[in-house]
Amino acid sequence: MSQFVINMLFVGASFALYFGIAIWARAGSTKEFYVAGGGVHPVTNGMATAADWMSAASFISMAGLIAAGGYANSTFLMGWTGGYVLLAMLLAPYLRKFGKFTVPDFIGDRFYSNGARLAAVVCLIIICVTYVIGQMAGAGVAFSRFLEVSNSTGIWIAAGVVFCYAVFGGMKGITYTQVAQYVVLIIAYTIPAVFISLQLTGNPIPMFGMFSEHTESGLPLLQKLNDVVMGLGFTSYTGDISSKLNMVLFTLSLMIGTAGLPHVIIRFFTVPKVADARWSAGWTLIFISLLYLTAPAVASMARLNLLTTVYPQGVEAPALAYEERPEWVKTWETTGLIQWEDKNSDGRIQLYNDVAPAFTPTAEALGWKGNELVVNNDILVLANPEIANLPSWVIGLIAAGAIAAALSTAAGLLLAISSAISHDLIKNMINPKISEKGEMRAARISMAVAILLATWLGLNPPGFAAQVVALAFGIAAATLFPALMMGIFSKRVNDKGAIAGMLVGLVFTVVYIFLYLGWFFIPGTATFANTPDNWMFGISPLSIGTVGAVINFAVAYAVSLSTVAPPQEIQDLVESVRTPKGAGGALSH
Amino acid sequence: MTSEQANAAAYWKANVRLIIWSLVVWALVSYGFAILLRPMLAGITVGGTDLGFWFAQQGSIITFVGIIFFYAWKMNKLDKQFGVEE
Repeated sequence: MSQFVINMLFVGASFALYFGIAIWARAGSTKEFYVAGGGVHPVTNGMATAADWMSAASFISMAGLIAAGGYANSTFLMGWTGGYVLLAMLLAPYLRKFGKFTVPDFIGDRFYSNGARLAAVVCLIIICVTYVIGQMAGAGVAFSRFLEVSNSTGIWIAAGVVFCYAVFGGMKGITYTQVAQYVVLIIAYTIPAVFISLQLTGNPIPMFGMFSEHTESGLPLLQKLNDVVMGLGFTSYTGDISSKLNMVLFTLSLMIGTAGLPHVIIRFFTVPKVADARWSAGWTLIFISLLYLTAPAVASMARLNLLTTVYPQGVEAPALAYEERPEWVKTWETTGLIQWEDKNSDGRIQLYNDVAPAFTPTAEALGWKGNELVVNNDILVLANPEIANLPSWVIGLIAAGAIAAALSTAAGLLLAISSAISHDLIKNMINPKISEKGEMRAARISMAVAILLATWLGLNPPGFAAQVVALAFGIAAATLFPALMMGIFSKRVNDKGAIAGMLVGLVFTVVYIFLYLGWFFIPGTATFANTPDNWMFGISPLSIGTVGAVINFAVAYAVSLSTVAPPQEIQDLVESVRTPKGAGGALSH
Repeated sequence: MTSEQANAAAYWKANVRLIIWSLVVWALVSYGFAILLRPMLAGITVGGTDLGFWFAQQGSIITFVGIIFFYAWKMNKLDKQFGVEE
């Protein structure tokens, strides 16, 4: 059986499963559509939230980023998990107690103002739309690599599949497909990692294998990796870095941004009780950490594997001859994700750091005329089974896993967008008299429109995906997180303060990012070159969400303290969300 | 202030205190051990590197899981103690 047929079987079987769930879990009421009826078990919700959260970026790109950056890119590991601590203690239980359907629901009611509700809807839509672009693009890439269709065909197939279960099933359909998608993606991620860990260290558990002995050399794996990368002029894999300001601020931006992502927050509205929301955050992080503890192991082992493939006799000996390259290099060369150029015409593959001045004399002495092999970071996870010589069904599994990661996140984002439109804009602001049936129809139509918009943006992506994702986290950190937290932890912050805080946070963050990365990410329109010398106080545009959040808090308090305190019934509302008693099911309203 | 309000205020104060201590641990393992205090832990070796690197890539994640479950367990006890559970 050819690899193509095997991939088709795995992907096809996973789609059949999602469609089956969609038919079984059709939403019959707005409560089912928005919060899956409010009766999801905390462990089930944890699994669904883990799939909701772990996107194409987590599954495909993260290990590659860590492999390339070593210690410095640990920021992604800490930043994308630490946010759940904030969510579990600062937001989820109280928002569950509040018991409505959406994030703008709380902001609009707590700040007794449709202006605040509208500001929240605008922020939510910007966050979710920017985020969903990356998911559609990720699904397109996975389809085109494994199923031999064009990128745009892949995006249309992904849109069609999400349409089927999200439009009909709403949150109910999405919840149970996300559980299935979690199972698919975690198995797909773990199996190749276990085999690679066994091959390199003899330890079947990758997270332990990473810190144990490299069988072949007898050295600790990370020490062996350091020796190899430094022998080629790269910076040490585990070495410390000197400037820590941006490492701290970037990690903090990812954490606060994670806690403020609307599609993650609304998942906690689906559990029956306040206590369940707290447990569920813990279960979510357990399910996430099964992948996040494996990712750094995959990163270090895959990097070592790649370098020992290129330098089979060690970095002092001549590199691998191009004619003797393994089969997987040939496969990935056809996709353009591995590129080789024989700069010194010796027929061998020299892979080294050609921009390190300290290494230049060594390279010149060896007759090397520049780095000859360019490897895209995303390959490390996708090519893992081939590098480890695993059977072809594992490759099919990886294909299904990558697509599951992209689809589960896309569906959660699309639901957040459609509920903000049908519930917050239409039901709460434009037409409060709309019937339940009318609201359901509005929710389904806005979901369909959101899918079309996401597809179009996936086909015509603005700038590259990494920048767009930075924007989503920056805005979530600078707008929704502070507004939600102040709504719970302060009785004094009023409507004017919250609106001013969100708008100033939004404008500050977006403008700062656009100044360095280009206005609306259009290449060539950046006002300043994106180099540390130009950054304000040396803060990278990717780390600016933290500053935006601080400004939001400061503006909101300053404006609130110089205007009237919120009315008594709002202060009572704050009191009531702080205690679990009397939560009951999500209100139908 | 009625006794019910006083009880709610005391419950909230206990919750905020628990949150602050949890956040101290949260910040200590990630921003502390893994980033800013890493040079201080450089002497403790773990599998070919130092403890700070382990905290950056695995230890902080494991601690985060622990913090959330501890918080959820402790809050359940507080809920009952103050009689505000569902």
